[in-house]
Amino acid sequence: MKEYFATTGLNLNEPLLWERGKKGRCGFSLPRRDVDSYPLDEELADRELNLPDLSEFEIIRHYTRLSQWNFGLDTGMYPLGSCTMKYNPKINEKLAGLNGFAGAHPLLPATLSQGALKLMVQLERFLAEITGMDAVSLQPAAGAQGELTGMLLIYTYHKMKGQRRSKIIVPDTAHGTNPASAALCGYRPVPVESTEQGILSPSSIDKVMDEDTAGIMVTNPNTLGLFEENLKRIAEIVHAKDGLVYGDGANMNAIMGIVDMGKTGVDVLHLNLHKTFSTPHGGGGPGSGPVCVRKHLEPFLPVPRVIEENGKYLLSDDFPHSVGELHAFYGNFGVMLKAYCYILSMGPGNLKKASQLAVLNANYIKEMLKDTFYLPYDRPCMHECVFSDRLQRDQKILTLDIAKRLMDYGFHPPTIYFPLVVNGAIMIEPTETESKEELDHFIEACKTIVKEAEQDPDLLRQAPKYCKVKRMDETEAARQPCLTG
Amino acid sequence: MRYLPHTDEDIASMLETVGAGSLDELFKDIPESCRRHEELHLPEAMTEWELNDLMLDLSKSMATSPEYKVFMGAGSYEHHIPATVPYLLGRSEFVTSYTPYQPEMSQGTLQGIYEYQTLVARLLGMEAANASLYDGASALAEALLMAIRITRRKKVAISSLIHPMYRQVVRTYFEPTDCQVLELPYLENGRTDLSPLKDMSEIAAVAVQSPNFFGCIEDLQDTGKRTHEKEALFITCFTEPLAYGLLKNPGSQGADIACGEGQSFGIPPSFGGPALGMLASRMKYVRKMPGRLVGMTKDKEGRRGFVLTLSTREQHIRREKATSNICTNSSLCALAAAMYMASLGGSGLGELARLNYDKSEYLKEKLRKAGFRISFQSATFNEFVVEFPENFTATYKLLLDKKIVAGLPLKPFYPELMNHYLLCVTEVRTREEMDDLVREVKS
Repeated sequence: MKEYFATTGLNLNEPLLWERGKKGRCGFSLPRRDVDSYPLDEELADRELNLPDLSEFEIIRHYTRLSQWNFGLDTGMYPLGSCTMKYNPKINEKLAGLNGFAGAHPLLPATLSQGALKLMVQLERFLAEITGMDAVSLQPAAGAQGELTGMLLIYTYHKMKGQRRSKIIVPDTAHGTNPASAALCGYRPVPVESTEQGILSPSSIDKVMDEDTAGIMVTNPNTLGLFEENLKRIAEIVHAKDGLVYGDGANMNAIMGIVDMGKTGVDVLHLNLHKTFSTPHGGGGPGSGPVCVRKHLEPFLPVPRVIEENGKYLLSDDFPHSVGELHAFYGNFGVMLKAYCYILSMGPGNLKKASQLAVLNANYIKEMLKDTFYLPYDRPCMHECVFSDRLQRDQKILTLDIAKRLMDYGFHPPTIYFPLVVNGAIMIEPTETESKEELDHFIEACKTIVKEAEQDPDLLRQAPKYCKVKRMDETEAARQPCLTG
Repeated sequence: MRYLPHTDEDIASMLETVGAGSLDELFKDIPESCRRHEELHLPEAMTEWELNDLMLDLSKSMATSPEYKVFMGAGSYEHHIPATVPYLLGRSEFVTSYTPYQPEMSQGTLQGIYEYQTLVARLLGMEAANASLYDGASALAEALLMAIRITRRKKVAISSLIHPMYRQVVRTYFEPTDCQVLELPYLENGRTDLSPLKDMSEIAAVAVQSPNFFGCIEDLQDTGKRTHEKEALFITCFTEPLAYGLLKNPGSQGADIACGEGQSFGIPPSFGGPALGMLASRMKYVRKMPGRLVGMTKDKEGRRGFVLTLSTREQHIRREKATSNICTNSSLCALAAAMYMASLGGSGLGELARLNYDKSEYLKEKLRKAGFRISFQSATFNEFVVEFPENFTATYKLLLDKKIVAGLPLKPFYPELMNHYLLCVTEVRTREEMDDLVREVKS
């Protein structure tokens, strides 16, 4: 029998923080008191705070054990579709921790913040170059805030023309954040279906695009991992009614150095630095979601903007048509810095190579697994491929069971049940940083699991076997929410 | 390139498997008109040595502690971070994992965030806290939108002593909606003037910040009472959560939603981000809350465990009907805040907060004795406003050359407060540094 990565090992139990510790302990070196105590109005002061007291070592044990119950990208392959779980370079973490960056106060005079401002100006230029767009704002704190910024830019564009449009076109393959961001900006999403080829057709857009529609939100490559070949024609249709095209750049990792988004007709595009540009996801953030625009939307970008004047860098609010501010300060600088380091480490050639290899890896998986899982769109894919559980349903095995069983083989499952257009979707994005051997292990595990589904389906239904916990009762969690202890 | 594992042989054999003649052929579906033909114009790849040198060089142009003595807070605070926090936070199982959609292999993040929710709720005296939002500013905007969803009213009243940049963000979020943001002026004592409330009707929420932007502690109980008389929700906001180690918490004063910035808790300033949006509310409003929530449950063998829950509020299920568009939030920063709170504990947090208060009172008294006017008489926590003489701009610049940052000039935010400066003293400023500051501003 072939040996897989996953094996059993010690998994230590660890109570909740407040089930540990004793009143009077402290895990913090309090500074020496060098001033007297001053009176404080007792009306304002509180009784003792109900937080647990722990020693330093207790805290170390606690979080070390917790961490061991987590599976990270550094632990093993994490082929989550549309999430681009590529290797997070360690040098970038170290550089983000440099005192000059980590310790920098955001409101110091620009003369004392030149390094950070210069880095931001240069990163904006790098991202403009990589996307083919004209101007960039690094302010949005994550992809969804980038989407909201994009919606606000489109809203402002029409407002300047004295218009308030009420709808926006959102394809059925879009991420949930797309319609949610549109709704935050007051737009009613108009769904359109993709064709049998899994992409948008110009005629379906032509049917719904009118002068009350602000534009369209397109993810390209889309969430089926397919390139929207008709995008240019679609953009022409939208532009003819003075609508704008929003590009969701979540999947930019497929096309760096290959596609010029500026040429595709996209007016505004967001990027996820925590996907394409290698910054870690941190178990759910922080990320960073810059927006890139064509010239005609530049006046509306969020303020403050970082500008260069005679070799000096400064922040300026002097953009009267700006959509305003989206972040207390300038966005997630610590994340921008890591993306900047990544781009500099890679250089132009390797960024393109990364996209080529990401696409090669996805096509390799698609080719190797297409007889194992059902492949709804059998055509060359970009950076990810989407299968489904259709061939396993006879054995009453569902996508969820396959996903959970993959854990027992030492892999994080792919994205499941998304995109919604594929029933029981299994969406695999290997990224370029997985080696061929790693992919072969994964493929082998998938094939073994499918055999198990035929021979011993209970192995799948009972999975995972090796994790800290078995399948969780999510229904009960939602019915009787217990959100604090 | 060390991040790319493929050898030429790997590429050749994989291309053969997929039936493509070259890497370029993989992209044949992309129309010619969308393609880029020239190389990316970016700097050539750097070695690790070159990158180290470049970044060190850039970082050296930044004015930071300990070289600079920064008496500036205003939403970003310099606090001591115990060595244990970055050490534990750097564990790659936390750093390199995704949002915990697969609970069986994410129990570390999930229990960690459940603990964070609990500690935040206890700190703020609220019943439930979410798993984090981006920062204090977007947390306030989301809290106001949440109040609008709950009350189905279309107006909110916010104090003009809420951080000016937070108010800007609120205006950005509200611009495309049909809802209105009204501002409450401030009183001579440095607290919010609630008197305009009596002429306001159909208000969804009243929001104040405490300690407010001037560092003054608001009368939350009175504000809460007057807000509830209008049948509106009472939202309290903060930029300095450490204050609640000492002060009465928002929940005990009647807050329905408490929100703000958690950067003070073990997260370095990092030029303003990443930060940590905290948001907590009464349990009855939890289904209208934005953002992720972790809940406790059992696995099928009855063992305790944790999952993301109430996700029918969220964009990936509800799409345009979701309570917010937020997806990626500030999870790792939330974990840092939990580690920090756990390190201090209840006793330590109280002691540290008291030290912040005492140190800032020390500087306040010293300045007063030196002949400067403290602009507002209400009690403050670790920030306060002082009025310097008219020619102080020149002195301020001179002090920068001596590596002392004498607070934040308030004029750009409050034009009427010419020559007023917002000063901040946390536990990291020593008595000697404060004495130096007073000596320098006097001369």
